[in-house]
Amino acid sequence: MLTYLTKKTLEMVVTFMGITIISFAIIHLAPGKPTDVMADLNPKITPEARAKLEKYYGLDKPVAVQYALWFKRIVMLDFGESFSSDHRQVWVKIKERLPITLYINIASLLIILAIAIPIGISSAVKRHSLYDRITTVGVFVGFAVPGFWLALLLMMFFGVYLHLLPVAGLKSAGFAELSFQGKVIDIARHLVLPIFVSAFGGIAAISRYMRSSMLEVIRKDYMATARAKGLTPKRVIYVHGLRNALLPIVTILGLSIPGLIGGSVIFEQVFSIPGMGQLFYMSVMTRDYPLVMGILTIGAVLTLAGNLLADLGYAAVDPRTRR
Amino acid sequence: MNNTIGTRLKANKMALFGGIIVLSLFFAAVLAPLLAPYDPEAVDRHNVLARPSRAHLFGTDDLGRDVMARMLYGAGISLSVGFVSVGIATFIGIAIGAAAGYYGKAVDAAIMRFVDIMLSIPTFFLILAVIAFLDSSIWNIMAVIGLTSWMGVARLVRAEFLSRKNREYVLAAKASGASDLRIILVHMLPNSLAPVIISAVLGIAAAVLVESALSFLGIGVQPPTPSWGNILSAGKDNLEIAWWLSVFPGLAILVTVMGYNLLGEGLRDIFDPRLWNERSR
Repeated sequence: MLTYLTKKTLEMVVTFMGITIISFAIIHLAPGKPTDVMADLNPKITPEARAKLEKYYGLDKPVAVQYALWFKRIVMLDFGESFSSDHRQVWVKIKERLPITLYINIASLLIILAIAIPIGISSAVKRHSLYDRITTVGVFVGFAVPGFWLALLLMMFFGVYLHLLPVAGLKSAGFAELSFQGKVIDIARHLVLPIFVSAFGGIAAISRYMRSSMLEVIRKDYMATARAKGLTPKRVIYVHGLRNALLPIVTILGLSIPGLIGGSVIFEQVFSIPGMGQLFYMSVMTRDYPLVMGILTIGAVLTLAGNLLADLGYAAVDPRTRR
Repeated sequence: MNNTIGTRLKANKMALFGGIIVLSLFFAAVLAPLLAPYDPEAVDRHNVLARPSRAHLFGTDDLGRDVMARMLYGAGISLSVGFVSVGIATFIGIAIGAAAGYYGKAVDAAIMRFVDIMLSIPTFFLILAVIAFLDSSIWNIMAVIGLTSWMGVARLVRAEFLSRKNREYVLAAKASGASDLRIILVHMLPNSLAPVIISAVLGIAAAVLVESALSFLGIGVQPPTPSWGNILSAGKDNLEIAWWLSVFPGLAILVTVMGYNLLGEGLRDIFDPRLWNERSR
């Protein structure tokens, strides 16, 4: 167990360094400099002043040196100062935006699991039935729907046509005057569509994986044994089958975290939600290197945390890995 | 006895249906100059945001351009982005996966570590950053999508090569003095192509989605060049007045992605020997 943990920790450190090195290299080797954006904003800036700025931000040093300096600060949790005119700490900026992105992603993950797993199981059990065919078609359609398009359609239907739900932002105009209960309801009403949209693709994918995983398990000898013992079909499927069928799902969930984080840019832009995805979009547009790197680093940490959770989940479902 | 690829292709409705969609898209893209009723970039100030009508089947956009013409030309954009970026990804994936699987040991360990790292990066963030820093030409988009989506192919090829590198025909080729490159390209790769083709077809679907998302966010294909994503972007700005700007291009993306997915999944069934005898045909 101890060697397993050491190995995992070492792997995580290597992966973290790898992610940050690749991100850093790509961002800093791309042609153009952040000072170009500043020059665009202020055309009167002299070449001397530009050189001074570049020196101030350390952009004149080789990329490897810049990375080493950045990494030295990051281990002490110093993300640096944003290039933007407010010069606020990167960490402060991220901290304001991170929770809402996390809430939306976690809520959509829970919804994905709650809907996709039962669908996957029942279409595997009733294979080739009408139900199975309908869900299979649904999955193919669901897979192919671009999330941002679904968002537009829902905004049009529930927002513009029915006037039922707000289409943008997190809070209504009169938010401050609402009672506590009113505030909760108001935020919930703003979050219904974003959470649904970000869960939609995942429901299709995970239910498909669950179906094929369950089909694989149903053929196994221990399932025949369980049925032969005279257990009820429900017990055979949900106790003996489910546990084994869940194993690949845990792995896939772990692997899908980078995709979820990346997807937050799209739906936060569509719904004007002030989360990390929107912040990333803005930081990229203004070439705010410290902020871009800060968000990519947080993304890497979240991914690694997700992988760790997946490993622990795997161990919880499969006693063989605990040895 | 009817086990040739051809008969199985006909019998597999998924692959057939997907194939028809993909082929029709291909024709739509190639024949766009003939099929399009208008010039896709012709601005008509008197006909801004016109509803779908007989003159403009899918309506016009905020500059009075015909949406149907723009969508037909957009098909070519999304098709070429899909094919080129998947071509790049497949090439890199085969090279890296073959090296890992063929040489094994330390080479394999190092390469697979790199693959794991690439898989842990939120690639959409990285794509977004690179495209925003470079200028968003269609070539940059193709290259960046290709460079960030080769990992699946690499894993597949590696697994195939690992399971084959000690087969008799490989050992025989080695004994007769064939070079590593020749063994990889002539003896091993052809036997591993089926899963690579399937994953390439599915990869095109994913690339089409990424391109449309980038164009939707305003950093992909830039107007006036038409793309399904940037028409949708105009749709978002005119959400309350012009539903046709959002509905039609989105449907086009949906059908395209579904076509490639159906074709890919159908091919998977066709190539999977375990399924050949399972269904009574």
